[in-house]
Amino acid sequence: MHRTGELYGQFKTLEQQKESATLGMWIFLITEVMFFGGIMLAYALNRHVYFPAFAAGSNTLSLKLGGFNTVVLLASSFTMAVAVWSSQVGKKTLISIFLLLTITLGFVFFGVKYVEYSQKFHHHLVPGKKFDIFYCVNNPAGCPDVDAPELMEESKLLDEAKAADPDLNAHAQLYYSAYFGMTGLHALHMVIGAGLLFWLLKGSLAGRFTPQWNTPVDLVGLYWHFVDIVWIYLFPLLYLIDRHK
Amino acid sequence: MSEQEHSEHIVPPATYLAIILTLLFLTGTTIWAAFVNLGRFNIVVALAIATLKATLVVLFFMHAKYSPKRTKLIILAGIFWLALLLGMTLSDYITRVDYRGVRFPISQVSQQLPAQRG
Repeated sequence: MHRTGELYGQFKTLEQQKESATLGMWIFLITEVMFFGGIMLAYALNRHVYFPAFAAGSNTLSLKLGGFNTVVLLASSFTMAVAVWSSQVGKKTLISIFLLLTITLGFVFFGVKYVEYSQKFHHHLVPGKKFDIFYCVNNPAGCPDVDAPELMEESKLLDEAKAADPDLNAHAQLYYSAYFGMTGLHALHMVIGAGLLFWLLKGSLAGRFTPQWNTPVDLVGLYWHFVDIVWIYLFPLLYLIDRHK
Repeated sequence: MSEQEHSEHIVPPATYLAIILTLLFLTGTTIWAAFVNLGRFNIVVALAIATLKATLVVLFFMHAKYSPKRTKLIILAGIFWLALLLGMTLSDYITRVDYRGVRFPISQVSQQLPAQRG
């Protein structure tokens, strides 16, 4: 059955029907806000209590990769918005093009995230037995992607943090748990979003979205923008703690 | 709740372009601001810029500006409950003092503990 915009009995107009769908999507997004809100709260408390460890952890993240991914994700929100516009004005080829662009940018994000995560594994920055925030400082050969001046600075920062918090290695794991938990959940949302985008692409290639009926494009767009907003907060919270030293 | 409420408002791509450029500019600003020592206000500035960015996304990319009042109410209610969750809990923890009269950040506590143990 193809639901291409017939009016259901409980609605008076197609417009009212679409507004109800949008409202429902927003209510779902609010539950997502609450879901991420709880995690943000846990992050905020730990950051407040173990600030030196969080600052030290944040300074071991790659600002280049994180910043690049922020730009990629913002750009993907833009292409998604244009895809929604294309469906509203009935430019059927443009919908597919911009959906494809959005998917591509999503995959660029995944690629960079993969590089980042694998660096953290190599740098012994994944919470667990092998976690050692001093690993790169003590074994420069094990971290070829961090150059010498960066390491010098990191060494100075970590020593200061260690002076402020004798349990630095334990508390830095809290930071990295927050990092992997929050970026991991965000990435999971993006995987779901990418799946939905492929589903939309299938529909748009079949020419199913028209100015009269484009509800799925609109709603997936809302979801994709929401995931973007989560990242807008994650980026300064995780990558930009105490960078000014 | 009148049914002639509005016809769908279509936001032109030029608006989206202006918004994305603003968002990219604000991203640059937030990175720049992180390298300036503002003490406790670094986080305030970072969150203010993030909130400004999020607001732009919600209003324009997500069309909230052109949504019916019902939708706006739902969004504001969500933000309100999030503010309750964060505001009430953090105002408790940030002002907390433990049984020794030491303010909560443990990093300070663990510095003082060895001295107290003698």
